[in-house]
Amino acid sequence: MNKHLPLWEVFLRSRRGLEHKHVGSLHAADPEQAMQYARDVYTRRMEGCSIWVVLANDIHASQEAEGEAFFDPAEDKVYRHASFYDVPDDLKL
Amino acid sequence: MKNSVTCAPQSWHFEYVLRLGDNALILGQRISEWCGHSPFVEEDVAMANTALDHIGRARMLLTHAGNLQGNKQTEDDLAYSRNEREFKNFLLCELPIGDFAYTIVRQVLLDTYHFHLYAALQKSSDDTLAAIAAKVVKESTYHLRHSSEWLIRLGDGTEESQRRAQLALDNQWRFTSEFFLADEVDDVAHQAGVGVDVSLLEKLWRDNVNDILSAACLLRPEDAPLRASGRMGLHTEHMGFLLAEMQSVQRAYPGLDW
Repeated sequence: MNKHLPLWEVFLRSRRGLEHKHVGSLHAADPEQAMQYARDVYTRRMEGCSIWVVLANDIHASQEAEGEAFFDPAEDKVYRHASFYDVPDDLKL
Repeated sequence: MKNSVTCAPQSWHFEYVLRLGDNALILGQRISEWCGHSPFVEEDVAMANTALDHIGRARMLLTHAGNLQGNKQTEDDLAYSRNEREFKNFLLCELPIGDFAYTIVRQVLLDTYHFHLYAALQKSSDDTLAAIAAKVVKESTYHLRHSSEWLIRLGDGTEESQRRAQLALDNQWRFTSEFFLADEVDDVAHQAGVGVDVSLLEKLWRDNVNDILSAACLLRPEDAPLRASGRMGLHTEHMGFLLAEMQSVQRAYPGLDW
């Protein structure tokens, strides 16, 4: 048996209209307890108005070893940025 | 059964608020003993938060009590300079923390009480008390959620956790009758619109506690003879030790400020 309770990742939204951001992780037995501990550990100083908790096991992460294949090809594709293109002078925006 | 508490004019108001403040202060002091000793770190933070919520409400209530008395005593005077017989908290608040199940059972019994008490006190004719209640009821809603979920987890958990939770409940049940023993202070406060209707509070508490206990697969103990002398200032043997620790700095250096 695992010595620790399951690991959960905690995401907080600091203000209405902003996105949830990852703030840390904690151990808890179930979603209700994870939510309460997230509140107690991460929102004591008014850091947030909304909490998401996700089982860490349910998060699939890209691997360090795959970094070259995943991210390097984007390096020389500057034309993918909108700023690459000149906007014609007579174009009304 | 009625306690005989004789009240000078208006002193019932001070006494009513003082009792609320003492319950919060002594319970907060007890819960704070878990800081650094909880089963795991997340629960440690949760317990410390709860302790601080109780100390916070004690500060507001004792300050208000002091004001009602004509500012004769500050919150610090009331917390740190009174003797054991002058404290009016329920006996249940002062009992040692015991094991984790014991603490959780006490929290369920008192969080349920505080939730319904402060929900009703939001309508108090004492505006300051009503404002304090509006803040406190939010905390108690959260405390009850935390403690009741733990009690269900323990009662409906392993054989050992069930045994400990039931034992703790059996030991503490006799102290709950004190919550609903209305004396002269309660009666006058209720008539004045300052305090709550104790018999209504008891019904709400019993229904709520029964639901939690059945969800937790725990048996409600039989009502036992009253252990109800806290509000008369007659405490258990544990109270002196609690005060000795809580008041040690002010006793050693009276008037110390920092």
